[in-house]
Amino acid sequence: MSQSVFAPWDDPNEKPLIRFQNVTKRFGEFVAIDDLTLDIYAQEFFALLGPSGCGKTTMMRMLAGFESVTEGKIELAGQDIGPVPPNERAVNMMFQSYALFPHLSVWENIAFGLKRDRKSKAEIEARVDEMLKLVRLEKFARRKPHQISGGQRQRVALARSLAKAPKLLLLDEPLGALDKKLRQDTQFELMDIQETTGTTFVIVTHDQEEAMTVASRVAVMDEGRIIQVATPAAIYEYPNSVYVADFIGDVNIIEAEARPSGEDEYSLNWIEGQAPIKATSQKTFSDGQKVHLAIRPEKIRISTEKPDDADNAMQGKVLDIAYLGNLSTYHVELPTGQIIKAQTANTRRIARRDITWEDPVWISWSATAGVLLEH
Amino acid sequence: MRRLSWFNVTSLTLGFAFLYLPMIVLIVYSFNASKLVTVWAGFSTKWYGELFRNEAFLDAAWVTIKVAVISSTFATVLGTMAAYVLVRGGRFLGRTLFSGMIYAPLVMPEVITGLSLLLLFIGIGLDRGVLTIVLAHTTFSMCYVSVVVSSRLVTFDRSLEEAALDLGASPWESFRLVTLPIIAPAVISGWLLAFTLSLDDLVIASFTAGPSATTLPIKIFSAVRLGVSPEINALSTIMILIVTVGVISASLVSKQSAVRAQKDARAAERTA
Repeated sequence: MSQSVFAPWDDPNEKPLIRFQNVTKRFGEFVAIDDLTLDIYAQEFFALLGPSGCGKTTMMRMLAGFESVTEGKIELAGQDIGPVPPNERAVNMMFQSYALFPHLSVWENIAFGLKRDRKSKAEIEARVDEMLKLVRLEKFARRKPHQISGGQRQRVALARSLAKAPKLLLLDEPLGALDKKLRQDTQFELMDIQETTGTTFVIVTHDQEEAMTVASRVAVMDEGRIIQVATPAAIYEYPNSVYVADFIGDVNIIEAEARPSGEDEYSLNWIEGQAPIKATSQKTFSDGQKVHLAIRPEKIRISTEKPDDADNAMQGKVLDIAYLGNLSTYHVELPTGQIIKAQTANTRRIARRDITWEDPVWISWSATAGVLLEH
Repeated sequence: MRRLSWFNVTSLTLGFAFLYLPMIVLIVYSFNASKLVTVWAGFSTKWYGELFRNEAFLDAAWVTIKVAVISSTFATVLGTMAAYVLVRGGRFLGRTLFSGMIYAPLVMPEVITGLSLLLLFIGIGLDRGVLTIVLAHTTFSMCYVSVVVSSRLVTFDRSLEEAALDLGASPWESFRLVTLPIIAPAVISGWLLAFTLSLDDLVIASFTAGPSATTLPIKIFSAVRLGVSPEINALSTIMILIVTVGVISASLVSKQSAVRAQKDARAAERTA
């Protein structure tokens, strides 16, 4: 079973398709990309995730050839692509604005790249029809881009960028202009298409949910540097820093002083008047070292009675409830003033739930529920 | 519809009368049967017939149209190129200087432009004729084209050109297949503008024309100095007609494409 798992990044013999080697990009004085090294493997669905201005779009534009590299080099399949102009790279891009040619029909838009390759008429026709079928737009082939809906335009842009069967497809915020429902459907469609075509996808997004859904690996970026590269599950469960833990999903961050209390076990002194928190960690911390405990709200249990089996339990009162339909997030205020978020799935109807505002409650979590972080 | 107040009606009437009364008088008198320009003697189209039998006028008309077509075509090519570089070229050495200089002929007195061109042609020993008028008209109408085209290019979505490059088009192909078709309405109205400018230019043409080639405005001007004839009125009426058609179609071309884009956008919203 284990060999069917797609994880080329764990195989030391695997050659990466794209290799950023100490790449730096400066715009005048401003450093957009700061000495960045990264490998991306063939057939990956790789997500560059970060807030706007973190340099993710610059990385994509360097791959496409619209920006030059200031220092370092980018290799595609072992070849330095620095001197290759954008129109000679085996890389295609789907633009955020879609950039469909308004004066050409859907059919001609998709055929544009194929015609540049001087392919035969029959070959172009067959390939365009194949692409139209892939994105289910056969009926709209003769329409102009402004005569179709936003979701259809997005699919035309995808078909156009896939038509030349590039080694690498770049997607710049591809779903940003779609509404939430359509975006979710399209995410699965993108994954299906990625799987059927076997193309390597690199997606740029600021939407962490989108990155988690579609990607095989996610790179979290900040100020021109990569903070962490890992699978979505690893990023979520084992963030390497407070920045990543905070950027991906909801999290409680507790600052404390670590005190080793056994093998991989720590007792955390965090505030006067509260019992120390028990936590485990693979990483070692010295006695008295400042640490941050990151713990996800859904890992915290909330109950009216004091739980007797929990490693950590404390009492507080409900300050706020965020009702999301399927989930509810409780903001629990401790007597010492801290607010801890706890999340539960709403498996019962609303009238049957017994916790409401101002109620005294117990929150509890196990020693393994959180992650200890240095910074 | 709002009703206009008496004040608005008056100012509108005055304004338009000021602009168009002289032309209306000219057009009316071109249909005068009398040879005396200022005496009305009944309706007649005989001066138009007379005009079409006048070899000198027909020659001048032919030169004028030839000059207008050739010079506006050159001006469109050069003006579009200049606009493209100034809008797209990014920051290069002397960019500000260039963009200021390309508009200078717009405010330069025509006499000076004409005189300097004349000196240049004499200096390089170029015989004055159709060629020199074409060169002169290209020079001064090119900046008008460049203004029209660059105002369109500023709003042009740059990622369209990047998409073309990304799909394997060379920079020239991406200009020819993507940029040019999209900015075509602006290029066409630039051409029409250059065409009408060349058609009615008197000052620059009189500096650069030679004995071998005379344009219609020069011909009219010199004929009028010997006395206004109804024939000139007929000729001027025809010129007004041509210029009007040119200006109206230039504005229609750009307006229509805007309207069409809007209509299509609405249609797309309905089907979405």
